[in-house]
Amino acid sequence: MSDGPLQVPGKVLSVRRTGAYHHLTLVAPGIAERTRPGHFVALAVGGRNTGMVLRRAFSIYQVRQTGVYGGTVEVVFAVHGAGTAWLAEQHPHAPVDVVGPLGKPFSLPRQAASTTLVGGGYGSAPLFALGEALRARGCRVDFVLGAASQDRLFGALDAKRMAATVAVTTDDGSTGTRGLVTDVLPDVMARGRTEVVYACGPMPMLRAVSRIAGRLGVPTQCAVEESMACGIGVCMTCVLPVVGDDGATRMVRSCVEGPVFHGDRVRWDHVGTVPPDTVGRTASALAAGGRAG
Amino acid sequence: MTRFAVRTVPAPLRAEDPRYDLRTTLGGLELTNPVLTASGCAASGRELDQFFDVAALGAVVTKSIMLAPRSGRATPRMAETPSGMLNSIGLQGPGIDAFLEHDLPWLHAKGARAVVSIAGGSVEEFGELARRLRGAPGLAAVEVNISCPNVANRGLVFACDPGAASEVVGAVRRHTTPAVPVLAKLSPDVTDIVAVARSCVSAGADGLSMINTLLGMVIDPGTMRPVLAGITGGLSGPAIRPVAVRCIWQVHAAMPQVPIIGMGGVRSGLDALEMILAGASAVSVGTAVFGDPCAPVRVLTELRHALVARGFASVGAAVGFAHRAPDRAADVGL
Repeated sequence: MSDGPLQVPGKVLSVRRTGAYHHLTLVAPGIAERTRPGHFVALAVGGRNTGMVLRRAFSIYQVRQTGVYGGTVEVVFAVHGAGTAWLAEQHPHAPVDVVGPLGKPFSLPRQAASTTLVGGGYGSAPLFALGEALRARGCRVDFVLGAASQDRLFGALDAKRMAATVAVTTDDGSTGTRGLVTDVLPDVMARGRTEVVYACGPMPMLRAVSRIAGRLGVPTQCAVEESMACGIGVCMTCVLPVVGDDGATRMVRSCVEGPVFHGDRVRWDHVGTVPPDTVGRTASALAAGGRAG
Repeated sequence: MTRFAVRTVPAPLRAEDPRYDLRTTLGGLELTNPVLTASGCAASGRELDQFFDVAALGAVVTKSIMLAPRSGRATPRMAETPSGMLNSIGLQGPGIDAFLEHDLPWLHAKGARAVVSIAGGSVEEFGELARRLRGAPGLAAVEVNISCPNVANRGLVFACDPGAASEVVGAVRRHTTPAVPVLAKLSPDVTDIVAVARSCVSAGADGLSMINTLLGMVIDPGTMRPVLAGITGGLSGPAIRPVAVRCIWQVHAAMPQVPIIGMGGVRSGLDALEMILAGASAVSVGTAVFGDPCAPVRVLTELRHALVARGFASVGAAVGFAHRAPDRAADVGL
């Protein structure tokens, strides 16, 4: 495996609807060979001379090294704004510039371990390649998938193919258990004697999953979703407070130091703020105004 | 200027020709080419070096360095706007010690020329930063980010006060090796940018970087609150390019001998050429990097072709070319 991300002029192979989401497959040679579960890609949107100057970051659902048209990268997304709306409208062969793979991927246990994978909405996308990798190491894999409603649940079939058990929750009860993933997580962990939890989804879910696993003494690896401008570590916008090996809290970039963090290292209750004990916090961390950088 | 001085006949050299001279100078500093990164858009070069050799650029302009480590502001720190973006980072950084230990030596070992941007809250802090940089291997120039709040003057930014701007530039100039140029980075949010430029040059600035971001703000119609945690932020990207071209034009017209690094929304070789024609001797590529990590080297290639296509024998020949007297012969179609 080679190191480092590539910038590749990709092409759309397909865009398919899947429930409330879009499943985009891009031909982007060279990316697949470098990708591990948890990596993400940053896509340029809007075409040449667009007024949308920032990339959109998506966790990688799956990759294929070879295909009829060359290596492919697949992502799953919801339309949130003009950039994702543009992506959803693209036809096969449309050019989409791809930068990736980016970020720190999930760490896999050295020995076979019992694992529970928790996904919220389309945040579950990177967990299926992870599940395959864990299975290949002889790990037990249990899945907990949650969403607001059935059409926002992603990957239940993928999960059933590889998991010992799959628990599904929806807020409205349209499928599975009515409630949140955290309502069923303790039971799933007890039945599977879970030793590691992997989670990807909205911040409140990650916080709750991390807390539950922490109470049971089980380590968590959380892939966070922070809003990014570049995805490559230069813009300093996707930061969150994380405790380092020295016990000190710093504002770290989720694009290069994450997106996967140990759940017990993220200051979940302070995400979106600069906690008072953060290294280098000054009065201006709170003050309005300024644009010195 | 005679009608024959207008370069309508292409130069004999092709753009690919290695003899094509892209060298440019900034107050005694000679650069192999006129394309640089922009402060705050390239960190200290390492991240972009994954995509292209940063030593291939004229120089790497670092993110502004402060004396102490700094956490920066809360999130959200960024909002995309039409053809641009707002940022409110709050000068997050590791401080001068870590920069001198890790970042500058890395740039030096890479063979990159480092223009180190410094930021402080007082004249003394700026002077101290310059003193700490003095003699550091790899230091090609110091860029003074005067768009910082002046702690001593109720947070009024130095760049908006010609007197405070000149004090800061003077302090940095005094503490910097004479052979190392000091560049003042100017804010466009002033009534008279030429006046600020003059006071910086009088205080010893060897060149000017123009422009810093414009102060802006967006409100989310859903939450009906400001989008940025810092409320206001700096506007950058193609949206501000005409403002940058205007500032460069005005300052070059007033002080044609002062070298200018042009920046503000450059994302193509033609954008870079526009700034050079307005009076810039070099051009920084900033926000474009967020959308296209390879933008600086792409802009360099496109600029080379644009200069050759217009018959310029060198970068210097194009600097300020838009200021030339009207050419009657060309105007009547001859």
